[in-house]
Amino acid sequence: MEPIRTHTGLVYPLNRANVDTDQIIPKQFLKRISRQGFGEFLFYNWRYDEKDQLRPDFSLNKPKYKNASILVAGDNFGCGSSREHAPWALQDFGFKVIIAPSFADIFYNNCTKNGILPVRLTDEEAQQLITNAESKEYKLTVDLELKKVYDSEGFEASFDLPQYQREMLLNGWDEIAVTLTNADKIDQFEEKHVVYPKTITN
Amino acid sequence: MGKAKTVIEKIWDKHVVHQEEGKPDLLYIDLHLVHEVTSPQAFEGLRLKGRTVRQPNRTFATMDHNVPTIHRNVIKDEISKKQMDQLKINCDEFGVPLAGINHQHQGIVHVIGPELGLTQPGKTIVCGDSHTSTHGAFGALAFGIGTSEVEHVLATQTVWQQKPKTLNVKINGKLGVGITAKDLILAIIGKFGVKFGTGYVIEYTGEAIRNLSMEGRMTICNMSIEAGARAGLVSPDETTIEFLRGRKYAPQGEDFEKAAAEWKQLASDEGATYDAMVEMDAEEIEPQVTWGTNPSMCIPISANIPNPENATSESDKNEIKHALEYMALEADQPISSVPIQHVFIGSCTNSRLADLQRAAEIVGDKKVHPDVRAIVVPGSQTVKTQAEEIGLDRIFIDAGFQWRGAGCSMCLAMNGDIVPPGERCASTSNRNFEGRQGAGAQTHLVSPEMAAAAAIEGYFVDVRKMAVPTA
Ligand code: SF4
Repeated sequence: MEPIRTHTGLVYPLNRANVDTDQIIPKQFLKRISRQGFGEFLFYNWRYDEKDQLRPDFSLNKPKYKNASILVAGDNFGCGSSREHAPWALQDFGFKVIIAPSFADIFYNNCTKNGILPVRLTDEEAQQLITNAESKEYKLTVDLELKKVYDSEGFEASFDLPQYQREMLLNGWDEIAVTLTNADKIDQFEEKHVVYPKTITN
Repeated sequence: MGKAKTVIEKIWDKHVVHQEEGKPDLLYIDLHLVHEVTSPQAFEGLRLKGRTVRQPNRTFATMDHNVPTIHRNVIKDEISKKQMDQLKINCDEFGVPLAGINHQHQGIVHVIGPELGLTQPGKTIVCGDSHTSTHGAFGALAFGIGTSEVEHVLATQTVWQQKPKTLNVKINGKLGVGITAKDLILAIIGKFGVKFGTGYVIEYTGEAIRNLSMEGRMTICNMSIEAGARAGLVSPDETTIEFLRGRKYAPQGEDFEKAAAEWKQLASDEGATYDAMVEMDAEEIEPQVTWGTNPSMCIPISANIPNPENATSESDKNEIKHALEYMALEADQPISSVPIQHVFIGSCTNSRLADLQRAAEIVGDKKVHPDVRAIVVPGSQTVKTQAEEIGLDRIFIDAGFQWRGAGCSMCLAMNGDIVPPGERCASTSNRNFEGRQGAGAQTHLVSPEMAAAAAIEGYFVDVRKMAVPTA
């Protein structure tokens, strides 16, 4: 995956809590067997009407957010299903950073496996960013090395994430390759670890 | 004697392959369940890197999300068909056992794992599906993973996992007559919210949990993810052991007795401590119905729909307003006054034989209300066969229900079984999110009994007031 160190981009505010993965990418688009091309279906039921026409009044369809790459949302973002299609859709649409007061566990993890940086800020901080981005064209910088978010007007906030996930994101590592450096440990473990059934006859 | 441990810690400690400063633990996975929706990109990843599946015999695949529940072999949707065909190709190529669409064991992945005895106490179980938490009912550590992790497990039989915090959800006392596991888990989420479990693994304890059947425990653990927790489990006991005895992939004969003795040792020790705890009284719980667009938006059948003006915060107020608008409901309206057009009895939460039996008892010789379209979708082909052997299909069909083949069906409406926009469904599934059962569909989560009662009356009714046959 692509490494991410610092990113500066336009902010798109989504002032809703509990945005679930069914909202991020509805099930009718989960049938594809590739990882690409999910961006056009992002937030489908909000962005499109019953006749599959863009709803001009939905915020993300407004021209001013066209090039947004940082999404700021409310609490518990990405709850619901484990579908990795959700981060794929966000990424394909152009989002590189998601900021929220809290994330659902599986979604958070899925982001870090795809080079999307999930940033946990406090409620007040996230709310301030939403207010800023709603009122004007608003850019932010996210620095993963320093674990800081700041703008050009004096806003600055720190965030944290597990060291391992930070390193994976900074380096864009292939996690399987990392794990396979421990292949001998897996072999040794399997030698003494009993699991039933021994074989599945199908 | 060492330190008193929870079942979660015991399972964890037995599965750590590798530990290193500054990293999560590398955890061994005993069982990897696979379905057609979240696996194609993972197999493709293996192919691109020339990797193999490390343990095909600890991997089991089925088709559930896309499968038609009528005319099983006429898959009109080309893209669905392609996804199912791709799973077959992938399983053949990588040697993974598959219960495909015409296999006698096909079914919802979280129904067939337990049914076949693949799910066992003490196992670590993953699947590219958030309701993998279901398997926790057996005292297994079972959690959903994303597709990148599916690929990782296929290749290495491990995942990197931060040791989770533990949360004890203790349910004291006994559930009232006619109150089900579904009512209990909805009431728990209604009380504590949709994210109280985030970052934790839940262990459900207390008298009410001990008294539940395995089916009931599966319903509870299934919806752990709706409380924010990736995994939820119940310490194994005699109920667990008796459920597994004789199952196809469970240990057999003497091996079973040996395994059973070990399983009992896994139960949380007296005095084990948790990072957090919440408690609730079972006695206070009534049949539940959700009114909104997340599972915490639920109320007892006797209650009225909340009024946003009474919300304690601005954001709650907005959420309630938004939900009422989507659901086309009025504040303060009694939930029992809401007419429904659809009933769905199915999903990995409530589609096991016991669920269908209890729904059929409510149906008896009554008829589905003329304004209601009701379907019953057994969780697996095995459940379907067993139900037909005891005549449940006749009860449902005679009442006017449709009796379908096994799959996820209207739980997420990916296979064409959908609720049309602006119509209302009483559903035994686990998610009432916007658009979950179809764009614009309005979902109310309930127990199988409540769903059956609603099918007959055309409204939500307190199932305890329907004549419950005395056995
Ligand atoms: S029944 Fe519903 S919740 Fe369960 S696995 Fe299928 S789609 Fe997911």
